[in-house]
Amino acid sequence: MEFQFFIDVALLLAAIMFIIGLRRLSSPDTARTGNLLAAFGMGVAIIAMLIYPLHSATNNYLWIAGGMVVGSVIGQQAAMKVKLTAMPQLVSLFNGFGGACAVLLGFIELYKATHGQSQPGVGELLIVVFTLLVGSVSFTGSMLAFAKLDGRVKDRKVTFRNHQYLNMAFIAITLGMSVYIAVAYPAVSFGLVIAFIIVSLIYGFSFVAPIGGADMPVVISLLNSFTGLTAAAAGLIYDNQIMLLGGVFVGAAGTILTVLMCQAMNRSLLNVVIGGFGSSASSIAPGATGDKVARSITPADAAILLYYSKSVVFVPGYGLAVAQAQKDCKELDELLEANGVSVKYAIHPVAGRMPGHMNVLLAEADVPYPKLLDLDEANPIMDQTDVVVVVGANDVVNPSAIDEPGSPIYGMPVLEVWKAKNVIVMKRSLSVGYAGIDNPLFYHERNHMLFGDAKQSMQELAREVKEL
Amino acid sequence: MDQLIQFYNQNDLLIWLLIFTIILGFEVISKVPSVLHTPLMSGANAISGIVIIGAIVLIRQAAPDDYVTLGIGTLGIVLGMTNVVGGFAVTNRMLEMFKKKK
Repeated sequence: MEFQFFIDVALLLAAIMFIIGLRRLSSPDTARTGNLLAAFGMGVAIIAMLIYPLHSATNNYLWIAGGMVVGSVIGQQAAMKVKLTAMPQLVSLFNGFGGACAVLLGFIELYKATHGQSQPGVGELLIVVFTLLVGSVSFTGSMLAFAKLDGRVKDRKVTFRNHQYLNMAFIAITLGMSVYIAVAYPAVSFGLVIAFIIVSLIYGFSFVAPIGGADMPVVISLLNSFTGLTAAAAGLIYDNQIMLLGGVFVGAAGTILTVLMCQAMNRSLLNVVIGGFGSSASSIAPGATGDKVARSITPADAAILLYYSKSVVFVPGYGLAVAQAQKDCKELDELLEANGVSVKYAIHPVAGRMPGHMNVLLAEADVPYPKLLDLDEANPIMDQTDVVVVVGANDVVNPSAIDEPGSPIYGMPVLEVWKAKNVIVMKRSLSVGYAGIDNPLFYHERNHMLFGDAKQSMQELAREVKEL
Repeated sequence: MDQLIQFYNQNDLLIWLLIFTIILGFEVISKVPSVLHTPLMSGANAISGIVIIGAIVLIRQAAPDDYVTLGIGTLGIVLGMTNVVGGFAVTNRMLEMFKKKK
């Protein structure tokens, strides 16, 4: 009795660790400890269920130990060896494994039920088929997401015309089979179970097929919450609270995270899942590049980016002068330097409206002279710079000057800020600069737009950095 | 309606618990900077590997000569354990950039 009580308390603590762990994971300062706490909670939960007093337990520990060792080695090796850029697809792969685990659990329940080893009721069967259906979609969907992100599968090779009707048909068929299996039991053959699983697995592929590469992280997050839900359903099968509540908790958190990720891309979730249908038309046409999208960034995110970088280069322009933001720029500079970030200023010869305009402004704000770099000094260090912050400059950072021979400013020397790991452009809008031409930098994959008045943005950044 | 009321009366504690857990899940992730989206997704993914416990219970209650259950259960443990260990390890690697500066 006492032994079981202590194990129950341990499981409760593990559930609390999951919650606090995920909470801490959502803030940069506490994220690492949050992850470790959640991992510790998982360890506690697994050990607790290994020794939990189950009725009619034969234990078979050797099988369990073998599986755990193999799985740990695979997981550990994959996680350590993967390149930083390939991490999203690895997460997708892991998520698919979790879904596959749930599929196996559902399969064995139906195997027993159709081989006379158990007689589940309608409610239990509904839970089992739910586990199988959602687990299958999560499994094969994650596998396709992995293959797409890894560049093994091209988007348009797996999409049919009117793919949305195909997916609707899949939903109808899988739901119909699910209900039939639950209601018609025990008059259900093992063959029908196998057919149901196969159709569900194919639906997983079909579900992800029309969704394009850029939307993949959102889909992985969605499939991730699916796996959480299957874990919860499996928790009902095994009458296990930590699986049920842990699964529901992760499912809910994953859903909200999916929505947040959509918002960060200025999309709605429906748009990603259904809107993928629309994009199938454009992905059929080869060479279609799609609309240019400039990503915006919030002051809070920009502050985190700056705070955790090693080197930052400010590129001031006319916007800095107009907004009179030089003192605020200096304040942000001091805050970052106090946190060990190296801060420099790259001054283009024609930045502002007259030569030396920027030097005068920055001197007025007491920026030490050695921190100012001219064009020839600044360009060679761009590729070692973590973040370049362009403050109200436009034409002097326009890549068209180098790679677009037709451009009016072609040939003009520019600050090659796009070589830095990240670029933040502070600007009031996407409008053109003095030369009246569009700037491809705004749509560059490493660029983030921080819209607003330079002075206000600087003050907001300084405030956010102080809070970190 | 009667059936619905009966179902509720039988499961009211469970229903309350589920609703509160869902709200908790929503609230825990209310404001997240976008740089943390991927690590958070990865961490949540590792937690969803809790499904491995189902495979553990399955094997622990299987007859020692029931090789179908044992084999499938063990495969489930391999998959689940890869999800758990790999998930937490890869999240930890992603978060290395947030190490405190000395």
